[in-house]
Amino acid sequence: MSVLIFVDTAEGQAKKSSLEALSYGAKIAEQTGTAAEAVVLGAASEDLAALGRFGVKKVHHVTADVFNNFDAQLYTKAIAELATASGADVIVLSHNLNGKAIAPRLSARLKAGLVPGAVSLPETGGAFTVRKNVFSGKAFANVTVNTPIKIVSLNPNAYPVTETGGTAEVVAATVQANEARVKVASVNRASGEVPLTEAEVVVSGGRGLKGPEHWGIVEDLAKVLHAATACSRPVADAHWRPHNEHVGQTGFAIAPNLYIAIGISGAIQHLAGVNRSKVIVVINKDPEAPFFKAADYGIVGDAFEVVPKLTEAIRKLKGVS
Amino acid sequence: MKILVCISKTPDTTAKIAFTDNNTKFDTAGVQWIINPYDEWYALVRAIELKEKDPATVIHLITVGGADAEPVIRKALALGGDEAIRVNADSQDSFYIASQIAAVAKEGGYDLIFTGKETIDYNGSAIGGMVAELLDMPFISLAAKLELNGTAATLTREIEGGEEVNEVSLPIVVSAQKGMAEQRIPNMRGIMAARTKPLKVVEPAAVDALTSVTSFGLPPAKAGVKLVPADNVEELVRLLHEEAKAI
Repeated sequence: MSVLIFVDTAEGQAKKSSLEALSYGAKIAEQTGTAAEAVVLGAASEDLAALGRFGVKKVHHVTADVFNNFDAQLYTKAIAELATASGADVIVLSHNLNGKAIAPRLSARLKAGLVPGAVSLPETGGAFTVRKNVFSGKAFANVTVNTPIKIVSLNPNAYPVTETGGTAEVVAATVQANEARVKVASVNRASGEVPLTEAEVVVSGGRGLKGPEHWGIVEDLAKVLHAATACSRPVADAHWRPHNEHVGQTGFAIAPNLYIAIGISGAIQHLAGVNRSKVIVVINKDPEAPFFKAADYGIVGDAFEVVPKLTEAIRKLKGVS
Repeated sequence: MKILVCISKTPDTTAKIAFTDNNTKFDTAGVQWIINPYDEWYALVRAIELKEKDPATVIHLITVGGADAEPVIRKALALGGDEAIRVNADSQDSFYIASQIAAVAKEGGYDLIFTGKETIDYNGSAIGGMVAELLDMPFISLAAKLELNGTAATLTREIEGGEEVNEVSLPIVVSAQKGMAEQRIPNMRGIMAARTKPLKVVEPAAVDALTSVTSFGLPPAKAGVKLVPADNVEELVRLLHEEAKAI
C-alpha cells in the first residue's frame, strides 16, 4: 500500500504543478497511514533527494534516454510498471498538460478509476471520494472511485505546495521501454515568461483595450506582479493576442490566486474559465459590466488611466524600481 | 483515409446549471443541447478540412447516448461527415464511454480518431487518452495544429509556456483545441443532406464503469464586489496586500 506521485519535469526541473501533486500525494499518504513515493522519468537537473521536503520517502528515477522526450504511451507504461511493482493503490499526477495525456491512459491500462482535475483531498474513511469541478467551474461533483487502484489528477493551483522537511531516498529504476512512437521535432518555450496555467497571478485584457497596440499597459502590470498575461475570446479571435492566451470556457480554464481583468465585460463563457481564481479584480469603465458581480474588488474607470497608476503603486509596494 | 470523430452532447454554454434528485442529477429542464464546442469547432471541422483536401477521405461520427442525442449528431452531420454511429447507452463514466468508442473503432480500422480537448460539462479530458490506450495507439493531446503527409502526421501541441511539434505515424488519437480549425455554420445544403445520411445504432459492449458521481454542488456565491474609486488605486493595492493577501 502506498501513494505514487508522478513528477512532471521541464528541462529536468519539476514543474510547480508537480510540487503541488507531491504535497497533495504526501498528504493522502499521511491521511491513509501509508508512504508516499515519487516517479521521475528522464534526466533530472535538480537534486531529487530534496523532493523529500514535500513529504515523499522514496523517488524512483528512470534515466533511460527515451524518457527525455514526452511520449504519453511510454510514460504511461513506465508509471504503470512502477506502480504495480511498488504496490501503489493511489496514483497522483498533476492535471497539467502532460498529465491530461497520461492520466486517462493509465486509468484504461490499469482499469483504475480516474478523477480528472481534482480540487480537494479525497475522503478516505469509507469510499474514496474526490471533488472535481464540472460544467466549466460552474459546479462541482463528488466522484467516487470504485476500483482497488485509484488515480487522481490534481488541478493546478488547487492545492498549496507544502514543505514538511525531509530527504527522499533516490532509487535508480529501470522499466521496459520500447522506442517512442511520437518524435518531438521541436520545442518552443518562451523563456522568462510565466506559463499561464501555472501562474499565481494573471493579468487579462479584453476588447475594452481597443487594439493590440495597447497591450503594453497589460504587460507592464503583469511584469511587476510576475504574472502571466491572458485575454478574452474576442481578443484572441481578432488575433490581437495569440490563442494560447485565451481564457474562458473554450480556452484555458485557470485558477490563479489573483486574476485581474481589464476591459473584459465578463460574459458567462469567460467567467467559466476564471471563476476558480481565489481573488478577482475587475477594471472596467462600464459600471454595469456583469464581471463586477463575480469580482472581489473592482474599479469603475478608464483602463488607460487606472492601469498605469496601479502598476506604479504596486511597484512602490514591492520596492521595485 | 478513415477518420472517426467523437461527438458529445453538452448543455449550451449559457445553460443554467442546477441539480435535482437530492443533488445527484443534472437538471435538464429547459436546457438547450449543443455539440460539445471542442468536438465541433476543432475536431469535426479539421476532419472536414482534411476531406476537402482529399475527397477519398471517409468521416464517421460517433456518440454514446440515448435517442435524445440524435438531433445533436444530425447537426454534426449537417456540418460534414459521411455517416454516424450512436452507441445506444447512457453515459456512465469516461472509461465506459471510451470503451464503447474503442469497441467500435477496433472494427472500423480508422487512421485518425479525433476528440475535442474536453467536454464542457464533465471537463475530464479523458476520453481520447483512454481510447488510445485501449487501442494501443499514440495519443497527441491538446493539439492546435495537424498536418498530414500520407501516413505521416505533424502536430503542434500545447506545453506549459509554449508549444511542441510532434511527428508520428498514423493511426493516432488526437484531442483538438483552439487553433486546430475555425468554427463553421452549417448551410442549408448540409442540413438537407444530413437528413438522409446513415445513422447506425449499435448496442453497447458490456463494460463496468470505474467511477461514479455521488453528488453535485454549486460553489458558494461571492460576498460581493468592493469598489474602489478610480483615483485611489493605492487603496486597491492596500486591500490586495493586507486584506486579500494576494500580492
